Amino acid sequence: MRIILIIIIKEFKQIFRNKQMLPIIFAIPIVQLIVLVNAATFEIKKINIDVVDYDNSTSSRGLINNFLSTNYFILNNVTKNYENSMEDINKNNTKMILIIPSNFEKDLFRSQSPKVQFLINAEDGSAAGISYNYANNIILSYNQSILSELKVINKPLSLSSINIIDKYWYNPKMNYKQYMIPGILGILVSIIALFLSGMNIVREKEIGTIEQLNVTPIKKYQFIIGKLFPFWIIGMFELAFGLTVAWLIYGLLAEGSLYLVFGMASVYLLIILAGGLLISTMTDTQQQALFIAFFFLVVLILMSGLFTPVDSMPNWAQWVAFFDPFTHFVEILRRVMLKGANLNEIKEPAITIIIYAIAMLSLAIWKYKKVSD
Amino acid sequence: MNKEIIIKVENLTKKFGNFVAVDSISFEVYKGEIFGFLGANGAGKTTAIKMLIALHSPSSGKANVAGFDVFKESEKIKKNIGYMSQKFSLYEDLTVQENINFYGGIYGLSKKELKEKSEILFKELGIEEFRNEMVVSLPLGWKQKIAFSIAVIHNPSIVFLDEPTGGVDPITRRQFWEMIYKAAHNGTTIFVTTHYMDEAEYCDRVSIMVDGKIADLDTPQMLKNKHNAKSMDEVFIKLARGL
Amino acid sequence: MKQLLNFIRKEYYHIIRDVRTLIVLILMPVAQLLIFGYAIRTEVNDAIIGIYDKSRDNISNDITNKMLSSGYFKLQGYVNSDSEIETLFKSGKVKQVIVFEENFGKKFEKEGKASIQLINDASNPNLATILSGYATAIITDYMKDYNSKNNITNTIITSEVKMLFNPLLKSVFMFVPGLIVLILMLVSALMTSISITKEKEMGNMEILLVSPIKPPVIIIGKVIPYVFLSFFNAVVIIVLSYYLFDITIKGSLLFLALETILFITTALSLGVLISTIAKTQQIALMVSLVGLLMPTMLLSGFIYPIENMPFPLQTLSKALPATWFLIILKGIILKGVGIEYLLKETLILFGMTIFCILVSIKKFKIRL
Repeated sequence: MRIILIIIIKEFKQIFRNKQMLPIIFAIPIVQLIVLVNAATFEIKKINIDVVDYDNSTSSRGLINNFLSTNYFILNNVTKNYENSMEDINKNNTKMILIIPSNFEKDLFRSQSPKVQFLINAEDGSAAGISYNYANNIILSYNQSILSELKVINKPLSLSSINIIDKYWYNPKMNYKQYMIPGILGILVSIIALFLSGMNIVREKEIGTIEQLNVTPIKKYQFIIGKLFPFWIIGMFELAFGLTVAWLIYGLLAEGSLYLVFGMASVYLLIILAGGLLISTMTDTQQQALFIAFFFLVVLILMSGLFTPVDSMPNWAQWVAFFDPFTHFVEILRRVMLKGANLNEIKEPAITIIIYAIAMLSLAIWKYKKVSD
Repeated sequence: MNKEIIIKVENLTKKFGNFVAVDSISFEVYKGEIFGFLGANGAGKTTAIKMLIALHSPSSGKANVAGFDVFKESEKIKKNIGYMSQKFSLYEDLTVQENINFYGGIYGLSKKELKEKSEILFKELGIEEFRNEMVVSLPLGWKQKIAFSIAVIHNPSIVFLDEPTGGVDPITRRQFWEMIYKAAHNGTTIFVTTHYMDEAEYCDRVSIMVDGKIADLDTPQMLKNKHNAKSMDEVFIKLARGL
Repeated sequence: MKQLLNFIRKEYYHIIRDVRTLIVLILMPVAQLLIFGYAIRTEVNDAIIGIYDKSRDNISNDITNKMLSSGYFKLQGYVNSDSEIETLFKSGKVKQVIVFEENFGKKFEKEGKASIQLINDASNPNLATILSGYATAIITDYMKDYNSKNNITNTIITSEVKMLFNPLLKSVFMFVPGLIVLILMLVSALMTSISITKEKEMGNMEILLVSPIKPPVIIIGKVIPYVFLSFFNAVVIIVLSYYLFDITIKGSLLFLALETILFITTALSLGVLISTIAKTQQIALMVSLVGLLMPTMLLSGFIYPIENMPFPLQTLSKALPATWFLIILKGIILKGVGIEYLLKETLILFGMTIFCILVSIKKFKIRL
């Protein structure tokens, strides 16, 4: 026990003495929470639009006004020429073009169903899809208003209609930031723990002190606990610090129990730290360790469904996501922090990460050797 | 001379794939002597030492260090030996005192023992003023002397030194050897590898490794006589060239 | 010149002999391309839902079937009470619950008015909006069909859409250019910053600096192998995305290569700059991660559209070389436009490159 303590004290001294490292440990959570949370949104708020109005009538202008009265569209240019608008697309001045045909008004009044055309820059496929949805909704509501005008003229229509009531639980204001925060806290904890632990032992290999440690009677478990514990503490501290920053900046408080959040984080950290140890034992230089850690981190984060739903992934990818501990950790954080889930309601992901923690620790301890062959 | 055997090696071999780094070496080291372990770069010295201090597991053969078997009782060996490697082994971002506390603590020295040991160490080396300096700011010679003191802080029965004086000025080398003599005088067995042939003269007995085998082993005087050489330098060159 | 070649050779051996890093460096773009191409989809399908049908009549059944056959929704199961909804959401089993009111069909046919509740798990507001949109579209569609059977139309203006550059709306079209930027940043900036810092940490830098080799030669020698490595990676991504995802380069290959070299130069000088500041490899790593890779991934328009970001972040985004290079890449690869459309972007990127090189040379001199 005393030996473990001695190693821990030494590690902490080295961490706190590194004058460049400390500010980074503090800066990362703040930068991530400010930048990531604000940047990571698929919400489409502003779409630049060009209109090619071949009709130039009251009705066509009415339709254009309908577009502008929503907050989504910003009129970039009204032209009479399709080529000019295409030029705008190629120069990235506008995202979409609405083409109103000549005789638009005439056809409208003769109930001839005029057809408008949209050209959308679809480099970003999903944004293009959403933009088209918005545009279509505007066309629909314009139709409605014309229909109601026609109603006055013609006989009343007896439409059967279904009233759709949307309810948004847990986040009625549809605040996307709130959704991202737990995930970002998860990334934060993972990055710090994986990189620091992964590069730590390899650093001792590089400077040569590991050999000196290996000839001492230090026991494997003492060494591993002594090495990993400081990063476990730092990981937990980062989580606490991140939660505080999230509360100060975004006013987000966990709906569920904080004990549960920290309890699950403490288990999850074991997986990451064991992973770091494993990388450390299998590499010879910090550069190698870093690249392998980076590679896995990117795959784990991307496959976890942090940014895109796991349900939409193809089958094989869903399996990868299932074996990704980050998937389960983020799931737990989101359920507990946003929906106030209790232990029973997170038991599946909780048991999964406990199993992963045991498996990873065993693997890392088994792989770590004081003696080389 | 005291003939109690403290290291006994029989047909010790280490292979890396097809390459035989250490080829069936056998020798004995007596308690309290300064045993020189010489050889050109790549002759297998470091590999041999690493097997004795249980960093490498041997491919075959037998070895007994401080009364323990290298195959079965490697952790017991580690309690009874000290080691100072050719790579620098102190933590540069810790102070001298913190390095002492760390390594001493790992060997299970109590707080009281650590305090006593460091008082003696600082007094003997006369470096009281460096106590709370970061190791990184010390000159290389001092670092090596401190590293040696720390390698023997737990009173090991044998200390292994792997090229301890590489890159050190002649005066410091001299002081360093005085420290070695002092430790030997107190009953510690010294197992040392070196490149400096004048240092070989300081040893009680010297073994010379060539291509993974021990080419010869005797006192420096006997080696010179046997090979009809004026200096250890000559002995070494003759053996290394296979003359 | 001979010195330089020797130096490049030394660095080349360092890279080639470190097999593990090399494998990661070659594997990383491939793995990321596969993930982005196959696994990461911004489009949503097979969302798991629950249905709480208090009516269970023909019409509610018809609507349910229409939903489940759309491909967007997958049924977890029927819900039988209000309290069950809460549990389903909290244990993450469903994303949406559709509630048909009592006597739904009767009300719809007789009174012409009935209501459906779409209860969404809005902890992910984005997904909630999308799912609610899908469901609404399907229900509206059903209404339209039902009404048109009775000869009542409710649409006059119709619309038609043409999706330019990416007609199938594949998200991989957006990810490929982004991935090239990310990998170039990673190999050129991160690798060089770490590798130069390593020489510093190990004390080799001092040895090199006292040698007769001039400092610029040392730096150029160190970075040139990474130029080739990054360029190779970019080629791998482009070739793979052609074979796997049918993405052809619409513009000029030569123009693309020149712009790529320009950006590699920018990234390398950023790497050198970081190495002049950082004392240890760990610091170089953290600075590169937080200062270069994270912004490249998040703020350059790689994944998230820049127009939607708050103003300060948009400004930040414009200060990143990656943002401008990404516009250039998309222009060449997807739109097939030439320098006449990308002059502004190229000039900005060029200016940034010159600036980075000057600053890193200056910093490098000060340190020595």
